[in-house]
Amino acid sequence: MEVSSLPISASQRGKLISSGYTSLSSLSSVSPSQLAQDLKISENEALEILKVASRRSELDITDNGACAIVNGAQTAWDMLQEEESSVRITTSCSDLDDILGGGINCKEVTEVGGVPGIGKTQLGIQLAINVQIPADYGGLEGKAVYIDTEGSFMVERAFQIAEACIEDMQEYNSFLRKDSKDSQACQIRKDPKDFLDNIFYFRICSYTEQIAVINYLEKFVSEHKDVKAVVIDSITFHFRQDFEDMALRTRLLGGMALKLMKLAKTFNLAIILLNQVTTKYSEGSFQLTLALGDSWSHACTNRIILYWNGNERCAHIDKSPSMRSASAPYAVTGRGIRNCASNSKRVKMM
Amino acid sequence: MANQLISQMGLPKSIAYVFAARNIITAKDALSLTEFEMMELLDVGLAEVTLALAHISEVSCPPYQTALSLLEHRIQNEYLAGHLPTRLKGLDAALCGGIPFGVVTELVGPAGIGKTQFCLKLALLASLPSTYGGLDGRVIYIDVESKFSSKRMIEMGFNSFPEIFQTEGMAKEMAGRILVLQPASLTEFTESLQQLKVSLLQHHVKLLIIDSMTALISGENGQGPPRQHALGWHISFIKSLAEFSRIPVVVTNQVRSQGRDEASRYLFQVQDRTEFPEDLMSFDSHLVAALGIHWAHAVSIRLVLESRSGQRFIKLAKSSISPPMAFLFNITASGIFLIDDDGVEMMGPEINAIHCQGHSGIVNFDTEMTR
Repeated sequence: MEVSSLPISASQRGKLISSGYTSLSSLSSVSPSQLAQDLKISENEALEILKVASRRSELDITDNGACAIVNGAQTAWDMLQEEESSVRITTSCSDLDDILGGGINCKEVTEVGGVPGIGKTQLGIQLAINVQIPADYGGLEGKAVYIDTEGSFMVERAFQIAEACIEDMQEYNSFLRKDSKDSQACQIRKDPKDFLDNIFYFRICSYTEQIAVINYLEKFVSEHKDVKAVVIDSITFHFRQDFEDMALRTRLLGGMALKLMKLAKTFNLAIILLNQVTTKYSEGSFQLTLALGDSWSHACTNRIILYWNGNERCAHIDKSPSMRSASAPYAVTGRGIRNCASNSKRVKMM
Repeated sequence: MANQLISQMGLPKSIAYVFAARNIITAKDALSLTEFEMMELLDVGLAEVTLALAHISEVSCPPYQTALSLLEHRIQNEYLAGHLPTRLKGLDAALCGGIPFGVVTELVGPAGIGKTQFCLKLALLASLPSTYGGLDGRVIYIDVESKFSSKRMIEMGFNSFPEIFQTEGMAKEMAGRILVLQPASLTEFTESLQQLKVSLLQHHVKLLIIDSMTALISGENGQGPPRQHALGWHISFIKSLAEFSRIPVVVTNQVRSQGRDEASRYLFQVQDRTEFPEDLMSFDSHLVAALGIHWAHAVSIRLVLESRSGQRFIKLAKSSISPPMAFLFNITASGIFLIDDDGVEMMGPEINAIHCQGHSGIVNFDTEMTR
């Protein structure tokens, strides 16, 4: 192990190397005062360096230890077990759930994009409600964080969707316990307001705040352990305006994507990013494509594109390591995201 | 909060001085760098950098609210639970009470369809005393196309609210609450927007109307960066104006004819073309909103006004609170009104199509101008 891999400041690293301490083993036997003398630094500083170094070499020892060949790794078999036991967040549209393998997966970052008015925000709100479905009904019984960068979150709409969700659960309840006599006892005591109370809403007004909130999420989620879904609506908005320096943008977006993936893994979260579309010239014609450019398209684990297919709204899995590319129709109704009904024109009574 | 000073964030003194020494003054400066760049720049260890960044992030992150407190706050503190009723019963019902406060609502439609008529009516409604269901406040009307007509507005007032307007001096008072700005260029418009930010709150302004957004851009065409970027700043600024003063903002948008090479599908759809034998382009009518997809993402509610075989329709093309609906409407002396309060739920992308055939207005749109 080289000294240069230690997470210490550049000047300290420089001093270490120029005094001949190039490997970790050379630091293992030296005393703090000796080091302080050699490097012409204070003893406190020397002590800090040694602490960092010993922490690092401890890691090395466990690396070569019994249980794991590489520290932090997990066998593919364990991963499979874990994956099979994990509960997914339903989208409330069974066709869509089918192609997604049961819904939106936890521990993954899923990007959803589409033209204006296709239903991205609707899906975001739906997921923020559905993550709260109690475990008795096959849900996660979690809470949701909704990060709104565009101001498009409509609390009235969330209320409607929550109401419909409760109705569905009641229906399911009476269906399941039709025969048993205790159906009265199993009434749902949930109110739409309880659902709204479990959505933590952040309103973000600049890209700096967006980075800040993503950094802060780690602490927030560790304080609110039952948060199971994070919806960012949209990831794009602030990064599309007023950005001169495209290299900086790519770097910031890349950093954000990494942090989000880490969050998803550590806290077992489903992270849903909503993205806008833009036009792109390729193969001789203009195509629609999700915004933020090609390097961003690598950032998410799954990518779902919502689009119009004739008169139907459809979702297309554009990228996923585990699911095959497929499309499914869905509908946005007064009750939220649902299966596509085939009857084409319904007169709605107000 | 992006420009919050690091020196006032309560970081440990030793590290706060290092930030100051390297000229990293605001949260924006700090958060635009990665941890490793920061280590190099500040010459401190990873642990300190991570701690400092976590602290800066926490401080500059806005506080959260639960959706429930958001709802309760609106119901308690805002008149009409944060909506400006349009007095078009069906539309109000679909929008949960009217044009919502705090977001940008867009009207799109061909020339002569009644966008300005709708705006005039909204301006009037917002200025009405609250006893008559208005917002009892001032209205700022940014009239880019010089189409504002006080005469027409007062005529509408007389016909729809005779009891108010026949009272001596009321017409004067109502009309006196509507401030009309006629900027001649984008620069002028930008300046007035910036002034507005302060005066919106001070002067009890309850509605901001911009008629239209498109004319501003087409006037400036031919120089500078492409149009999308010219509007970038305005989009975020108008949205934040709406948000922070909690007022409805209504913006109109013109239409232009769709170019042949216009993108309307994704790459994967093109590849699958054999699966969809019918050409998807065919449903896309020849008209599209003049400001592109970038702008369309930014508006929260889009109302499309169109005419089909002599009948005028108002369609809720984008709204996160209502399913896509279309309402038949007409324009009379009292302004715009719905012929049928029961809307028809629309299916498919038809909701975004803009038809323009056989309405009585002067149909004259110039592709060169709107482009």
